[in-house]
Amino acid sequence: MAALDQTQVKEGVDQETVDAVREVGGAYKYGWNTEIETDYAPKGLTEDIVRLISSKNEEPQWMTDWRLEAYARWLTKEEPKWAMVDYPEIDFQDQYYYARPKSMAEKPKSLDEVDPKLLATYEKLGIPLKEQMILAGVEGAESLPAEGRKVAVDAVFDSVSVGTTFQAELKKAGVIFCSISEAIREHPELVRKYLGSVVPVSDNFYATLNSAVFSDGSFVYVPPGVRCPMELSTYFRINAENTGQFERTLIIADKGSYVSYLEGCTAPKRDKAQLHAAVVEIIVEEDAEVKYSTVQNWYPGDENGKGGIYNFVTKRADCRGDRAKVMWTQVETGSAVTWKYPSCILRGDDSQGEFYSIAIANNYQQADTGTKMIHLGKNTKSRIVSKGISAGHAQNTYRGLVSMHPKAKNSRNYTQCDSLLIGDQCGAHTVPYIEVKNNSSRVEHEATTSKVDEDQLFYCRSRGMDEEEAVALVVNGFCKDVLQALPMEFAMEAQQLVAISLEGSVG
Amino acid sequence: MALPQRKQSATEARLAGLVLPAGGWSEPPRREALDRLAAMGLPDRRDEYWRFTRPDTLVQPEAPSARLMADDEAPLFGQTERLRIVFVDGVFDAAASDDLALEGVSIERLAETAGKDIHWARDLYGVLEARGQTPVQRPFAALNTAFASDGVLIHVTGRPSKPINLVYVHESETSDVILHHVVKVDAGGEATILENGPAAARFNKCMEVDIADTGKLHLVRAQGRDHDRRAATHVFARLGAESVFKSFTLSVNGVLTRNEVVVELTGDDAIAHVAGACVGDGDFHHDDTVFVTHDAVGCESRQVFKKVLRNGAVGVFQGKILVKPGAQKTDGYQISQSLLLDEDSQFLAKPELEIYADDVACSHGSTSGAIDETALFYLRSRGVPHTEATNLLTLAFLAEAVAEIEDADLAADIVARLEGWLARRS
Repeated sequence: MAALDQTQVKEGVDQETVDAVREVGGAYKYGWNTEIETDYAPKGLTEDIVRLISSKNEEPQWMTDWRLEAYARWLTKEEPKWAMVDYPEIDFQDQYYYARPKSMAEKPKSLDEVDPKLLATYEKLGIPLKEQMILAGVEGAESLPAEGRKVAVDAVFDSVSVGTTFQAELKKAGVIFCSISEAIREHPELVRKYLGSVVPVSDNFYATLNSAVFSDGSFVYVPPGVRCPMELSTYFRINAENTGQFERTLIIADKGSYVSYLEGCTAPKRDKAQLHAAVVEIIVEEDAEVKYSTVQNWYPGDENGKGGIYNFVTKRADCRGDRAKVMWTQVETGSAVTWKYPSCILRGDDSQGEFYSIAIANNYQQADTGTKMIHLGKNTKSRIVSKGISAGHAQNTYRGLVSMHPKAKNSRNYTQCDSLLIGDQCGAHTVPYIEVKNNSSRVEHEATTSKVDEDQLFYCRSRGMDEEEAVALVVNGFCKDVLQALPMEFAMEAQQLVAISLEGSVG
Repeated sequence: MALPQRKQSATEARLAGLVLPAGGWSEPPRREALDRLAAMGLPDRRDEYWRFTRPDTLVQPEAPSARLMADDEAPLFGQTERLRIVFVDGVFDAAASDDLALEGVSIERLAETAGKDIHWARDLYGVLEARGQTPVQRPFAALNTAFASDGVLIHVTGRPSKPINLVYVHESETSDVILHHVVKVDAGGEATILENGPAAARFNKCMEVDIADTGKLHLVRAQGRDHDRRAATHVFARLGAESVFKSFTLSVNGVLTRNEVVVELTGDDAIAHVAGACVGDGDFHHDDTVFVTHDAVGCESRQVFKKVLRNGAVGVFQGKILVKPGAQKTDGYQISQSLLLDEDSQFLAKPELEIYADDVACSHGSTSGAIDETALFYLRSRGVPHTEATNLLTLAFLAEAVAEIEDADLAADIVARLEGWLARRS
């Protein structure tokens, strides 16, 4: 982080912000490696590897066929080149597509049977796989009502799910929370109905690759009218060297249900870049609500840009029913290369999509991230708030689409994307696409900090604050809103970011 | 990389009917432009830069025919004393034009000077266009440089007393015209160029503008109304230190218009404003594609585009501010807004920022929506009839773009045209 220490910071940028970015981008805390014996599938990607992954997961024939079709399609696809990221050609044959700790050869029947080394790994990451009332290590969590702080965790280690906590308790509420491999075996009717229905097999190069080789991931089904009694979370850990992780998450919120889902991820420090291509599909039925929060902290590579995770992710939520609601919150601090656009299809009338993002890129990191809001239904609403921070030699791009279809009458979108540059060797870019095909909808894309709520400003001014103070208060208050939208479990990492102000930012 | 077959064929078909003017100083840059074009090919609908606009009718070998419209309006810029240079379907009309002699500027025609061995324009012709081909390709501009039949070469050495008015008359329903102008403004020079008229059934026009330190150029253009015409135009402007370039474009209908403006701020403290007002009714597709590069310290750029659309008209804005490393103290502003007067119209926008310097203030905004009902109600409650109130609000919406025209008389002329458009549709 020497580079950032010596950086001349332009006037108007808060020292607190610089410190916070330095803190976040400083020594990578999760870069250690778990010494564990691992079984690998042979290197490279062929039809046989796809079959092998399918058979390791004891999948039915329809699933194998689905994967093989995806593989055939993948062979015809070209890697997308439009993102503002630059990385060496990936040799897709020079990777392992399946890595499993030897001790997981027999799936443990309960958490007690899981290899202590694996349990210790998650313990060390601050994600103990115990059904305890209070999350260890979360400051202030003790003072909260116990039931509010329960979190069910599905822990994915390389290509397999190690275990899922609180399954029995969730089952009582009717909620299914398990690894996707388990869901394919135990709930094939649900998986078959929904898998690939939001992100089709041939959606894009990486989603197609994922469809062929995904090894595990999480599955959530919340039945009609159920408010999921606790937060659900998945923690992804890449440990094996030279191995890609391809996880698949499928969340179904049936009519009138509610669920909050969190996702975290880390990886050891390796000199060679590693591939991670995930797909997340969310189905939100009538009156249901899903909150999906991510703290993405994959290994970002060293200060010279060596190593790190290439993070190519397709995330999409389909608000199928009226008044369905989805909220994406992401804090992106890791990965050498990020290519990720969590999107909302607002199909139901009065459905709502929200996207809150803070992306911090340091050293030689490159992030190209944003969202798509596809308004199809009447009176649909979307809101996009994106804060991009670049330091060192990093490149940070917001890329987004807001599309108002002719039938999406009376819809609204508000987009705000701000960027902050720390130092003169980095870049910040904004690439929004706006497509408006009816006139009763309003679309606003703003990119200046001065466009904060006039009423709030007026209120502050009328209390004797000067303009600058008032703007700072309102903007910081807003930023905190985004961070506070994150569940408690992410609070620790998020707290470090609260100090980030947006003074001196460019749109 | 070899071109995809379909692109190769489409490009060859387009070039088949064109003859590259041979001889003289312009032949080498024309041949280089042809090589550039051959390497990139003409665009097709799959090109990202043509995402919102279909280039097919601009690429096809024959120009689609365009009906002639009776122009019953008073001549544009009629109140302003000006030097008129008239092209009828791309052919210079000496009788209708004024004497080209004017103090502070030398004006020549490309077709007349092209045979000479040497000319000042040789240092600029195709040079700025070639610079403008990266990072985004602009194949129609390369096509233009290679095959332009005529154009004017304007060298501003002082401060000419009146604007130079390029008038483009359209008389043939099938005319397919390529004109290329070069404008050079010396240090301390200042001039205004006016352009108006539909020009042709299909018009490909390119203007290269080189402004030396402290030079100033104002460009005001109106692209003709109620027409089946198609146009692809390019302006490539390079600005020296403390120079000023201000451009305003009015587009009133026209079935297809693609206006690309490429500005490069290469000297410190230069100022570039690019503005446009467009009103479209019915089968109308108007695309403003602007690329501003800041490559010097303390420069200011503004992009202000307003579009009023109805009856299925489509407005497109692709704007970009690129701030290169070291271009500190940049002040970049970009606004694109549309007013959709009915349910059928569309606004498609891609307002981009690409920034590699930290001490800059860049902002952009883009909005789209219908007439503000509250404002309309306010006016109605004051006794203003509905149509008049709508027109008033529409003009107010366009005002920010029109305000970019410095000369009050020229701005009044433009407003009169807008009022005429509104009146015809009330």
